[in-house]
Amino acid sequence: MNLSSILLDPTAERAPAVRALQARPETLSGLTVGILDISKARGNVFLDRIAEQLAARGVGVKRYRKPTFTRVAPITLKQQIAAECNVLIEGLAD
Amino acid sequence: MHPLPDGLIIIAKRECPTCMLVEPLIRQLAQDATPLTVYVQDDPAYAAGVPNTLLDDTLEHSYRLKAEIVPTLIRVEAGCEVERTYGWHRADWQRITGRADLGADLPPLRPGCGSKTLEPGIAEELAIRFGDNKFSSRRVEIGEGEDLMEACFERGWTDGLPVVPPTEARVLRMLAGTTRAPDDMLGLVPPDLAPCTVEKVAINAVMAGCKPEYLPIVLAAVEAALIDEFGMHGVLCTTMFCAPIVIVNGPLAKAVGMNSGVNALGQGNRANAAIGRALQLVIRNIGGGRPGELDRATLGTPGKYSFCFSEAQDSEWESLAVERGFAPQASTVTLFAGEGVQGIVDQKSRTPESLARSFALCLRAVDHPKLAMAGDALLVVSPEHSRVFIDAAWSKARLREELERLLLLPGDEMVVGAGGIAEGLPLSFAGASVPKFRPGGLIIVRAGGTAGLFSAVIAGWAASGPVGSTPVSKEITA
Repeated sequence: MNLSSILLDPTAERAPAVRALQARPETLSGLTVGILDISKARGNVFLDRIAEQLAARGVGVKRYRKPTFTRVAPITLKQQIAAECNVLIEGLAD
Repeated sequence: MHPLPDGLIIIAKRECPTCMLVEPLIRQLAQDATPLTVYVQDDPAYAAGVPNTLLDDTLEHSYRLKAEIVPTLIRVEAGCEVERTYGWHRADWQRITGRADLGADLPPLRPGCGSKTLEPGIAEELAIRFGDNKFSSRRVEIGEGEDLMEACFERGWTDGLPVVPPTEARVLRMLAGTTRAPDDMLGLVPPDLAPCTVEKVAINAVMAGCKPEYLPIVLAAVEAALIDEFGMHGVLCTTMFCAPIVIVNGPLAKAVGMNSGVNALGQGNRANAAIGRALQLVIRNIGGGRPGELDRATLGTPGKYSFCFSEAQDSEWESLAVERGFAPQASTVTLFAGEGVQGIVDQKSRTPESLARSFALCLRAVDHPKLAMAGDALLVVSPEHSRVFIDAAWSKARLREELERLLLLPGDEMVVGAGGIAEGLPLSFAGASVPKFRPGGLIIVRAGGTAGLFSAVIAGWAASGPVGSTPVSKEITA
């Protein structure tokens, strides 16, 4: 094992070593759901359907699109999504 | 420890001229009935072809055999070492090998070279890989593609600036800075009242950027912060501005290169910056004191990253440590729950009386000019200002007496409503003389560069004294 990939915990170790996922909301009511299309072929077909279903339930939806699936999302896009949404759905086609 | 092979063991490296000198002897010894094991640290070409010659490129054997110099010759009987020598000492080699004619044509003595196990950065890696050392702290595995500094940010371990990733080797090196055992307990760190060991402090000291020789100072600072009178819980949790300011006195401050001179309260000195920061990281990481959680400061202060300096000491004024009852040669830390630096610009006073009045006037601003006996104050007197007092034969104590006299203030000007300002002392103080500071609430130290007729007031927490925080001192031991 590469020794440099081990760090010693500087804390009182009251939190688990494995970081927990963000708590999931119990309901989408009142929240804004972002839908991120990563620009992969036909991802939009699936995401359009999700958007329709959410809208039919009265959930606010905002749509976003990455310029290309081959690269990570631009910082400005990530910041925009974080500022505008409570929850994000990211679709990967294939 | 693995059992040792009986017979002779030789540890060598090809880049060592003395090892090369004895290489032909190894070939002779290999002919004998006594079993021979050769560990070569660097190059399999050394003693190539000699049976039982092993490349010790991980240095495991060299480490376990505690080689410090090559060549090292060891004789082992019944699995136990009975004798060793290092370098080339003809008589020793002849005795240990039992060959009276060994190396008869070589010079009687040649010193060896350092073992590769002792090269910089290697010893700790070997101790972690092959030694008995065991950390009690949790080992956090960082993914292969993760940047270690970013990993520290993501886990919430930093104060907002990058930290040095606390690898096992770095922590081991840090622990070498103290004689205290890693599991030695310092106390419970607020606000979570979490147990704090020397090892945990060492991890945070690594992250803060400390050198191992700073660790005793950091340990003393943490222990001082845990003294009940200092009130670290309140210092952290308050909505007010304060941070633990660390003032270091004594020979150790100089020995580790702390700054008491030019820009003493500013940036740029590793010891000042890292020692103060280590204390803050201990509070954050071990104590769980994070801003927005239990740290409720309205504005905070830049000193919450780090605020640490040493006092400029000489025989002309008593040092803070001596004033607080320590021996002149003692090294100490003193913690003061303080705010930021408020400059005193007085470039015209040339008499102690005038300069003391300037100081007193500026000290009135602590907390609010209409408040008293709330916050303590730390007065940092620069060399050019202290010269005015020293030349007039004023001791530090004399200056403090004068300031206390000058800071007996008219209650009439300070009560609520006076001067058209609602803030102020209760009306019951009207007509009275009010001391600005509680008894013992004015601390004077010296620091700063030799040019500049400036000093500084560092206001204390407005809850100074038994209600909140009292300055504390601790001798730096090990």
